[in-house]
Amino acid sequence: MSTVMQVHAHVTTDPLFIAGVEYRSRLLVGTGKYKDMDETRAATEASGAEIVTVAIRRTNIGQNPNEPSLLEVISPDKYTLLPNTAGCYTAGDAVRTCRLARELLDGHDLVKLEVLGDEKTLFPDIIQTIEATEILVRDGFKVMVYTNDDPIIAKRFEEMGCVAVMPLAAPIGSGLGIRNPHNIMTIVENATVPILVDAGVGTASDAAIAMELGCDGVLMNTAIAGAQDPILMASAMKKAIEAGREAFRAGRIPRKRFASASSPIDGTFFQEDV
Amino acid sequence: MNIILNGNAREYPDTLSATELLHSLGLADKRLALEVNQEIVPRSSFDNHIINPGDRVEIVHAIGGG
Repeated sequence: MSTVMQVHAHVTTDPLFIAGVEYRSRLLVGTGKYKDMDETRAATEASGAEIVTVAIRRTNIGQNPNEPSLLEVISPDKYTLLPNTAGCYTAGDAVRTCRLARELLDGHDLVKLEVLGDEKTLFPDIIQTIEATEILVRDGFKVMVYTNDDPIIAKRFEEMGCVAVMPLAAPIGSGLGIRNPHNIMTIVENATVPILVDAGVGTASDAAIAMELGCDGVLMNTAIAGAQDPILMASAMKKAIEAGREAFRAGRIPRKRFASASSPIDGTFFQEDV
Repeated sequence: MNIILNGNAREYPDTLSATELLHSLGLADKRLALEVNQEIVPRSSFDNHIINPGDRVEIVHAIGGG
Protein backbone atom coordinates (compact mmCIF):
# COMPACT_ATOMS: atom_id res chain seq x y z
CA MET A 1 0.00 0.00 0.00
CA SER A 2 1.37 3.42 -0.90
CA THR A 3 1.80 6.09 1.75
CA VAL A 4 -0.97 8.12 0.19
CA MET A 5 -3.33 5.16 0.34
CA GLN A 6 -2.37 4.48 3.96
CA VAL A 7 -3.21 8.05 4.93
CA HIS A 8 -6.46 7.76 3.01
CA ALA A 9 -7.38 4.54 4.81
CA HIS A 10 -6.52 6.07 8.17
CA VAL A 11 -8.77 9.01 7.54
CA THR A 12 -11.76 7.30 6.05
CA THR A 13 -12.17 4.10 8.07
CA ASP A 14 -13.54 5.75 11.16
CA PRO A 15 -17.30 5.49 10.96
CA LEU A 16 -19.73 6.50 13.67
CA PHE A 17 -22.27 3.84 14.66
CA ILE A 18 -25.57 4.87 16.20
CA ALA A 19 -28.10 2.12 16.93
CA GLY A 20 -26.17 -0.16 14.57
CA VAL A 21 -26.28 2.22 11.62
CA GLU A 22 -23.00 3.46 10.15
CA TYR A 23 -22.42 7.16 9.45
CA ARG A 24 -19.42 8.86 7.89
CA SER A 25 -20.12 12.30 9.30
CA ARG A 26 -19.77 13.02 13.00
CA LEU A 27 -21.49 16.38 12.67
CA LEU A 28 -25.24 16.39 13.31
CA VAL A 29 -27.14 19.56 12.50
CA GLY A 30 -30.44 21.17 13.31
CA THR A 31 -32.68 22.91 10.80
CA GLY A 32 -34.02 25.76 12.95
CA LYS A 33 -33.42 29.50 12.72
CA TYR A 34 -32.54 29.67 9.01
CA LYS A 35 -33.90 32.58 7.02
CA ASP A 36 -35.53 30.36 4.39
CA MET A 37 -35.62 26.85 2.96
CA ASP A 38 -32.86 27.57 0.44
CA GLU A 39 -30.47 28.54 3.21
CA THR A 40 -31.51 25.46 5.21
CA ARG A 41 -30.76 23.25 2.24
CA ALA A 42 -27.42 24.87 1.38
CA ALA A 43 -26.09 24.95 4.94
CA THR A 44 -27.16 21.37 5.60
CA GLU A 45 -25.39 20.24 2.45
CA ALA A 46 -22.25 22.23 3.28
CA SER A 47 -22.12 20.67 6.75
CA GLY A 48 -21.87 17.18 5.28
CA ALA A 49 -24.23 16.01 8.03
CA GLU A 50 -26.15 12.78 7.55
CA ILE A 51 -28.30 13.05 10.67
CA VAL A 52 -30.51 16.12 10.74
CA THR A 53 -32.88 17.19 13.48
CA VAL A 54 -36.42 18.43 12.88
CA ALA A 55 -39.13 19.72 15.20
CA ILE A 56 -42.75 18.54 15.31
CA ARG A 57 -45.32 21.34 15.37
CA ARG A 58 -48.95 22.04 14.59
CA THR A 59 -49.69 22.64 10.93
CA ASN A 60 -50.86 26.15 10.17
CA ILE A 61 -54.55 25.72 9.57
CA GLY A 62 -55.97 28.11 7.02
CA GLN A 63 -52.65 29.41 5.78
CA ASN A 64 -51.19 28.73 2.37
CA PRO A 65 -51.15 24.93 2.15
CA ASN A 66 -48.75 25.12 -0.79
CA GLU A 67 -45.85 26.65 1.08
CA PRO A 68 -42.73 24.44 0.77
CA SER A 69 -42.45 21.83 3.47
CA LEU A 70 -39.21 21.05 5.27
CA LEU A 71 -39.28 17.41 4.26
CA GLU A 72 -39.23 18.42 0.59
CA VAL A 73 -35.91 20.20 1.28
CA ILE A 74 -34.50 17.78 3.85
CA SER A 75 -35.66 14.55 2.32
CA PRO A 76 -35.95 11.43 4.49
CA ASP A 77 -34.50 9.55 1.49
CA LYS A 78 -31.29 11.54 1.68
CA TYR A 79 -30.90 12.23 5.40
CA THR A 80 -31.52 10.34 8.62
CA LEU A 81 -34.12 12.53 10.27
CA LEU A 82 -33.91 13.00 14.00
CA PRO A 83 -37.19 14.40 15.31
CA ASN A 84 -36.69 16.28 18.57
CA THR A 85 -38.93 16.99 21.52
CA ALA A 86 -37.82 20.62 21.80
CA GLY A 87 -40.31 22.75 23.68
CA CYS A 88 -41.45 19.87 25.90
CA TYR A 89 -41.36 20.43 29.65
CA THR A 90 -43.00 17.18 30.74
CA ALA A 91 -42.33 13.51 30.05
CA GLY A 92 -45.89 13.13 28.76
CA ASP A 93 -45.54 15.85 26.13
CA ALA A 94 -42.19 14.44 25.00
CA VAL A 95 -43.63 10.93 24.60
CA ARG A 96 -46.61 12.27 22.62
CA THR A 97 -44.25 14.20 20.38
CA CYS A 98 -42.12 11.11 19.69
CA ARG A 99 -45.18 9.01 18.86
CA LEU A 100 -46.46 11.66 16.45
CA ALA A 101 -42.99 11.84 14.87
CA ARG A 102 -42.89 8.08 14.40
CA GLU A 103 -46.27 8.18 12.68
CA LEU A 104 -45.24 11.17 10.57
CA LEU A 105 -42.04 9.45 9.44
CA ASP A 106 -43.57 6.03 8.68
CA GLY A 107 -42.31 4.15 11.71
CA HIS A 108 -38.89 5.78 11.96
CA ASP A 109 -37.97 5.34 15.62
CA LEU A 110 -34.74 7.30 16.16
CA VAL A 111 -35.56 10.35 18.29
CA LYS A 112 -33.78 13.12 20.12
CA LEU A 113 -35.33 13.33 23.57
CA GLU A 114 -35.07 16.65 25.35
CA VAL A 115 -37.27 17.59 28.27
CA LEU A 116 -36.54 21.09 29.40
CA GLY A 117 -36.50 22.52 32.90
CA ASP A 118 -37.02 26.23 32.34
CA GLU A 119 -37.05 28.80 29.57
CA LYS A 120 -34.16 30.85 30.85
CA THR A 121 -31.53 28.12 30.82
CA LEU A 122 -33.19 25.43 28.68
CA PHE A 123 -31.33 23.02 30.92
CA PRO A 124 -32.77 19.51 30.89
CA ASP A 125 -35.24 18.41 33.56
CA ILE A 126 -33.48 15.15 34.38
CA ILE A 127 -36.35 13.65 36.38
CA GLN A 128 -38.82 14.19 33.52
CA THR A 129 -36.20 13.04 31.00
CA ILE A 130 -35.68 9.76 32.90
CA GLU A 131 -39.44 9.18 33.02
CA ALA A 132 -39.77 9.78 29.28
CA THR A 133 -36.74 7.58 28.53
CA GLU A 134 -38.27 4.63 30.38
CA ILE A 135 -41.51 4.89 28.40
CA LEU A 136 -39.85 5.46 25.03
CA VAL A 137 -37.30 2.65 25.37
CA ARG A 138 -40.08 0.26 26.40
CA ASP A 139 -42.07 1.47 23.40
CA GLY A 140 -39.24 0.55 21.01
CA PHE A 141 -37.82 3.99 20.34
CA LYS A 142 -34.11 4.48 19.80
CA VAL A 143 -33.45 7.37 22.12
CA MET A 144 -30.64 9.89 21.75
CA VAL A 145 -30.95 11.82 24.97
CA TYR A 146 -30.09 15.45 25.68
CA THR A 147 -28.71 15.72 29.21
CA ASN A 148 -26.47 17.86 31.36
CA ASP A 149 -22.75 17.26 31.77
CA ASP A 150 -23.16 15.04 34.83
CA PRO A 151 -21.20 11.78 34.34
CA ILE A 152 -23.39 9.82 36.78
CA ILE A 153 -26.61 10.75 35.00
CA ALA A 154 -25.02 10.14 31.60
CA LYS A 155 -24.18 6.59 32.65
CA ARG A 156 -27.73 6.06 33.96
CA PHE A 157 -29.16 6.98 30.54
CA GLU A 158 -26.83 4.49 28.90
CA GLU A 159 -27.92 1.77 31.33
CA MET A 160 -31.56 2.60 30.60
CA GLY A 161 -31.00 1.76 26.94
CA CYS A 162 -30.39 5.08 25.22
CA VAL A 163 -28.55 4.59 21.92
CA ALA A 164 -26.57 7.80 22.40
CA VAL A 165 -26.07 10.22 25.26
CA MET A 166 -25.77 13.90 24.41
CA PRO A 167 -24.47 16.15 27.17
CA LEU A 168 -24.69 19.89 26.70
CA ALA A 169 -21.44 21.85 26.43
CA ALA A 170 -23.22 25.06 27.49
CA PRO A 171 -26.83 26.29 27.37
CA ILE A 172 -28.69 25.79 24.06
CA GLY A 173 -27.99 28.65 21.68
CA SER A 174 -25.50 30.31 24.06
CA GLY A 175 -22.36 29.77 22.00
CA LEU A 176 -20.32 29.63 25.20
CA GLY A 177 -18.31 26.58 24.11
CA ILE A 178 -17.21 23.60 26.22
CA ARG A 179 -17.79 24.89 29.78
CA ASN A 180 -16.79 21.72 31.58
CA PRO A 181 -14.27 19.75 29.50
CA HIS A 182 -13.31 17.52 32.40
CA ASN A 183 -16.85 16.28 32.89
CA ILE A 184 -17.27 15.70 29.15
CA MET A 185 -14.04 13.68 29.20
CA THR A 186 -15.25 11.62 32.16
CA ILE A 187 -18.59 10.96 30.42
CA VAL A 188 -16.72 9.80 27.30
CA GLU A 189 -14.36 7.55 29.27
CA ASN A 190 -17.25 5.85 31.10
CA ALA A 191 -19.39 5.29 28.03
CA THR A 192 -20.06 2.30 25.80
CA VAL A 193 -22.59 4.18 23.64
CA PRO A 194 -21.75 7.21 21.48
CA ILE A 195 -21.38 10.49 23.37
CA LEU A 196 -22.25 13.59 21.38
CA VAL A 197 -21.99 17.15 22.57
CA ASP A 198 -25.38 18.70 22.01
CA ALA A 199 -25.72 22.44 22.47
CA GLY A 200 -23.41 25.27 23.44
CA VAL A 201 -20.95 25.27 20.55
CA GLY A 202 -20.19 28.79 19.30
CA THR A 203 -17.53 28.42 16.65
CA ALA A 204 -15.35 25.86 14.90
CA SER A 205 -12.72 25.60 17.63
CA ASP A 206 -15.42 24.62 20.15
CA ALA A 207 -16.44 21.74 17.91
CA ALA A 208 -12.80 20.69 17.50
CA ILE A 209 -12.30 20.73 21.28
CA ALA A 210 -15.35 18.51 21.80
CA MET A 211 -13.91 16.00 19.35
CA GLU A 212 -10.41 16.23 20.84
CA LEU A 213 -11.94 15.31 24.20
CA GLY A 214 -13.05 12.07 22.58
CA CYS A 215 -16.68 12.80 21.82
CA ASP A 216 -18.14 10.67 19.05
CA GLY A 217 -19.87 13.62 17.44
CA VAL A 218 -21.39 17.04 17.92
CA LEU A 219 -24.96 18.20 17.33
CA MET A 220 -25.41 21.90 16.66
CA ASN A 221 -27.88 24.35 15.17
CA THR A 222 -27.52 27.96 16.29
CA ALA A 223 -23.74 28.10 15.79
CA ILE A 224 -24.34 27.51 12.08
CA ALA A 225 -27.76 29.05 11.46
CA GLY A 226 -26.97 32.15 13.51
CA ALA A 227 -23.59 32.85 11.90
CA GLN A 228 -23.28 35.85 9.55
CA ASP A 229 -22.66 33.36 6.73
CA PRO A 230 -24.30 30.09 7.74
CA ILE A 231 -23.11 28.17 4.69
CA LEU A 232 -19.49 29.10 5.29
CA MET A 233 -19.83 28.26 8.98
CA ALA A 234 -21.35 24.87 8.08
CA SER A 235 -18.25 24.16 6.02
CA ALA A 236 -15.98 25.35 8.86
CA MET A 237 -17.78 23.07 11.33
CA LYS A 238 -17.40 20.08 9.01
CA LYS A 239 -13.63 20.63 8.94
CA ALA A 240 -13.40 21.30 12.67
CA ILE A 241 -15.20 18.04 13.46
CA GLU A 242 -12.90 16.12 11.14
CA ALA A 243 -9.76 17.86 12.44
CA GLY A 244 -10.74 17.36 16.07
CA ARG A 245 -11.53 13.70 15.51
CA GLU A 246 -8.23 13.07 13.73
CA ALA A 247 -6.33 14.88 16.48
CA PHE A 248 -8.08 12.74 19.11
CA ARG A 249 -7.22 9.54 17.24
CA ALA A 250 -3.66 10.70 16.63
CA GLY A 251 -3.09 11.27 20.35
CA ARG A 252 -1.87 14.68 21.39
CA ILE A 253 1.48 15.33 23.09
CA PRO A 254 1.49 15.78 26.85
CA ARG A 255 1.50 19.34 28.16
CA LYS A 256 4.85 20.37 29.71
CA ARG A 257 5.81 23.49 31.55
CA PHE A 258 9.15 24.09 29.78
CA ALA A 259 10.46 23.97 26.25
CA SER A 260 11.63 20.98 24.29
CA ALA A 261 13.71 21.88 21.21
CA SER A 262 12.40 20.68 17.87
CA SER A 263 15.81 20.71 16.14
CA PRO A 264 18.68 18.45 17.23
CA ILE A 265 21.00 20.00 19.79
CA ASP A 266 24.04 18.07 18.46
CA GLY A 267 25.90 19.05 15.30
CA THR A 268 25.54 22.81 15.34
CA PHE A 269 28.62 24.18 13.45
CA PHE A 270 29.24 27.02 15.87
CA GLN A 271 29.96 24.72 18.82
CA GLU A 272 33.63 24.40 19.87
CA ASP A 273 34.91 20.79 19.83
CA VAL A 274 36.85 20.01 22.94
CA MET B 1 -70.62 19.84 15.86
CA ASN B 2 -67.74 21.58 17.60
CA ILE B 3 -64.23 20.22 17.81
CA ILE B 4 -60.93 21.66 19.02
CA LEU B 5 -58.54 21.67 16.07
CA ASN B 6 -54.91 22.50 16.86
CA GLY B 7 -56.05 24.36 19.95
CA ASN B 8 -58.83 26.37 18.29
CA ALA B 9 -62.58 25.76 18.35
CA ARG B 10 -64.08 24.86 14.97
CA GLU B 11 -67.57 24.07 13.86
CA TYR B 12 -68.60 21.42 11.34
CA PRO B 13 -72.15 20.75 10.13
CA ASP B 14 -71.86 17.01 10.77
CA THR B 15 -69.49 14.29 11.93
CA LEU B 16 -66.84 13.49 9.36
CA SER B 17 -63.96 11.11 8.78
CA ALA B 18 -60.34 12.09 9.31
CA THR B 19 -59.85 11.96 5.54
CA GLU B 20 -62.78 14.36 5.03
CA LEU B 21 -61.44 16.69 7.71
CA LEU B 22 -57.98 16.81 6.10
CA HIS B 23 -59.54 17.29 2.69
CA SER B 24 -61.59 20.25 3.95
CA LEU B 25 -58.38 21.84 5.23
CA GLY B 26 -56.49 21.37 1.97
CA LEU B 27 -54.14 18.95 3.71
CA ALA B 28 -55.24 15.70 2.10
CA ASP B 29 -51.96 14.93 0.32
CA LYS B 30 -49.62 16.46 2.91
CA ARG B 31 -47.11 14.61 5.04
CA LEU B 32 -48.54 14.96 8.53
CA ALA B 33 -49.54 13.04 11.62
CA LEU B 34 -52.90 13.07 13.36
CA GLU B 35 -53.79 12.71 17.00
CA VAL B 36 -57.36 12.64 18.34
CA ASN B 37 -57.84 12.97 22.11
CA GLN B 38 -54.14 12.22 22.58
CA GLU B 39 -54.30 8.97 20.59
CA ILE B 40 -52.46 8.58 17.30
CA VAL B 41 -54.68 7.89 14.32
CA PRO B 42 -52.60 5.89 11.83
CA ARG B 43 -52.67 7.06 8.23
CA SER B 44 -54.19 3.72 7.23
CA SER B 45 -57.24 4.50 9.42
CA PHE B 46 -57.95 8.01 8.16
CA ASP B 47 -60.88 6.88 5.99
CA ASN B 48 -62.60 5.00 8.82
CA HIS B 49 -61.80 7.23 11.76
CA ILE B 50 -64.82 9.39 12.58
CA ILE B 51 -64.25 12.75 14.24
CA ASN B 52 -66.88 13.17 16.95
CA PRO B 53 -68.26 16.25 18.69
CA GLY B 54 -65.86 17.58 21.33
CA ASP B 55 -62.83 15.74 19.92
CA ARG B 56 -59.48 17.40 20.41
CA VAL B 57 -57.64 17.04 17.13
CA GLU B 58 -53.97 17.75 16.59
CA ILE B 59 -52.46 17.84 13.11
CA VAL B 60 -48.67 18.13 13.09
CA HIS B 61 -45.84 18.21 10.60
CA ALA B 62 -42.07 18.56 10.61
CA ILE B 63 -40.51 22.02 10.68
CA GLY B 64 -37.01 23.36 11.21
CA GLY B 65 -35.63 22.73 14.67
CA GLY B 66 -32.43 21.89 16.48
